[in-house]
Amino acid sequence: MIYFLCGLLFLVGLSGILLKRNLIKIIISLTIIEYSLFMFLALVGYKHKAVPPIITSLTEKNNYVDPLPQALVLTAIVIGLATTALLVALAVRIYEKYGTFDIREIRKLKG
Amino acid sequence: MGSSSITQYLLPVLVVLPLGGALLIQLLKKVSKLISDIIANFILVVLVVLVFSLLNNPVLVYKVGGWMPVKGIPVGIYLVLDGLSLLLLIIINMIGLISLIFSISYMNKFTNKPLYYTLFLLMITGMNGVVLSGDLFNIYVFLEVAAIASYSLVAFGTEADELEASFKYQVMGTVASAFILLGIIIIYSITGTLNLADIGRVLKDKATETPLILTGILFLVGFGLKGAMMPFHAWLPDAHPSAPAPISAMLSGVLIKAIGIYVLVRIMFNVIGVTPIFSNMMLYISAISMTAGVFLAFAQWDFKRLLAYHSISQMGYVMLGIWLMTPLGILGGLFHMLNHSVFKSLLFLNSGAVVYGTGSRQLKRLGGLNQKMPVTGGTSLIASMSIAGLPPFNGFWSKLIIIMACIQSHHFFLAALAVLVSIMTLVSFLKVQRYAFFGELKQASKDIKEVPFAMCFSMILLAFLCTTMGVLLFPGAKELFIDPAVNVLLNGKGYISLVLSR
Repeated sequence: MIYFLCGLLFLVGLSGILLKRNLIKIIISLTIIEYSLFMFLALVGYKHKAVPPIITSLTEKNNYVDPLPQALVLTAIVIGLATTALLVALAVRIYEKYGTFDIREIRKLKG
Repeated sequence: MGSSSITQYLLPVLVVLPLGGALLIQLLKKVSKLISDIIANFILVVLVVLVFSLLNNPVLVYKVGGWMPVKGIPVGIYLVLDGLSLLLLIIINMIGLISLIFSISYMNKFTNKPLYYTLFLLMITGMNGVVLSGDLFNIYVFLEVAAIASYSLVAFGTEADELEASFKYQVMGTVASAFILLGIIIIYSITGTLNLADIGRVLKDKATETPLILTGILFLVGFGLKGAMMPFHAWLPDAHPSAPAPISAMLSGVLIKAIGIYVLVRIMFNVIGVTPIFSNMMLYISAISMTAGVFLAFAQWDFKRLLAYHSISQMGYVMLGIWLMTPLGILGGLFHMLNHSVFKSLLFLNSGAVVYGTGSRQLKRLGGLNQKMPVTGGTSLIASMSIAGLPPFNGFWSKLIIIMACIQSHHFFLAALAVLVSIMTLVSFLKVQRYAFFGELKQASKDIKEVPFAMCFSMILLAFLCTTMGVLLFPGAKELFIDPAVNVLLNGKGYISLVLSR
């Protein structure tokens, strides 16, 4: 069920990028895509009724959650932060130059 | 320790050195104006020397942090150097050095030179990391390092159209990264490992076809976007011309190969394994890129935009060769990749020199530049003949091999198409030569001068490479540079046991 929601969120973001005409809304859509992936990545490591992977003795055999995806999610979030920050900075500069966030009016490049 | 040789400790240096240099430039930029030039160029010279010293080595594996495999299962991040990585390393660092030499004079018209060098070195870091990494998630991280550096470099001029191009590029790039990350997550959930070799080992035992087809398509879309294959090319003709000329040379000459084609080829050939359907699909994609790219280039009057469309077309040649999957085809594809990086970066540097001299890159406003800028004109003539595939320049040899490989594997239509595209390329570059460098000198450009020494030097160096690189096909040089890379791809899943045994 929750995997399905991740997929839905991904599609929401993707359609946002394709349909929205405002730069800021495009950036938000990109962030939604990223978050759906982070959630999916965290879910991959999830196990039902498992305990945190803190190993106190070597003989103990518990049902541990996979810790690797959690580390990966952190890395991915940091990368996502960098991308979003750069995008927002660009959007601000574009607003200074063009005076609009509307992508229909920002089209000097074509051909 | 599998192999106790000292050379494997050079692998992290290739990543750490430019990263440290990027930091150092920011720390020391107040000391002197020259210091960033010196640091950046010095680091690239060291990198080039290091890379060439790694030639003729067996497969090297460096385990980051000293995490030894447990019961044969790798736990840490691996850096792997084999023939294919080495070929890419040569391309990245050599073209990087030459572009940096060009930048010394060219970037004077921009205000923040130290920042430029920092971003440049970060891009080199990212690309070196991508080609060396033997770990899927690590590839993603380095890919983003290179990509984010390149986004900001495209916007470096902060003019209206540059910002627009960079925004477009970045939206496309982020979507591509999302697809790649999704593919990586799915692979992790199937195999429970991220090490490339280990993924291959686990997949060998499991018969899970459907998720693999899905990941194949996700990677195709993701790396197709990054590498500007034809249905996903829309950002490239905006982004590549908008960047400063040395960066255009790096993006077109190196970046789309290192983070687009290389990673896709590595994952498909060495880890997942290529199905006939997938390779046929790639053949069609490359044929479409090749043809449509050259047709779109035909209509362009902007010098750099024309070159950007030709990049799409030439990458089609590279992929056509590689995805024929025959030894001759792979040889041609990889050799064309090497050649393309040389002549395309030369052409972009030429366009940079033209912009530097005249301030315009519209072909209709130029003319007769040969009289005033003989070095730029001469080198661009060599590069044009090289990209059009005239003997004896390097482009001729690799295209010849690709066409021969097409005929050998009975793809006569593709062979005919390759010849046709080559002729179209020739016509297109005759137009460039006719309008920009021959003909009458325009009144407006009466008092232009040849560009400064550093720019001339790097262009002459690349032109020299264009003329002589056909030599690499002769026995001796061939075994040293190209054959190891070809063997990596021919060996296919042999990569797995090769890496895991170290």
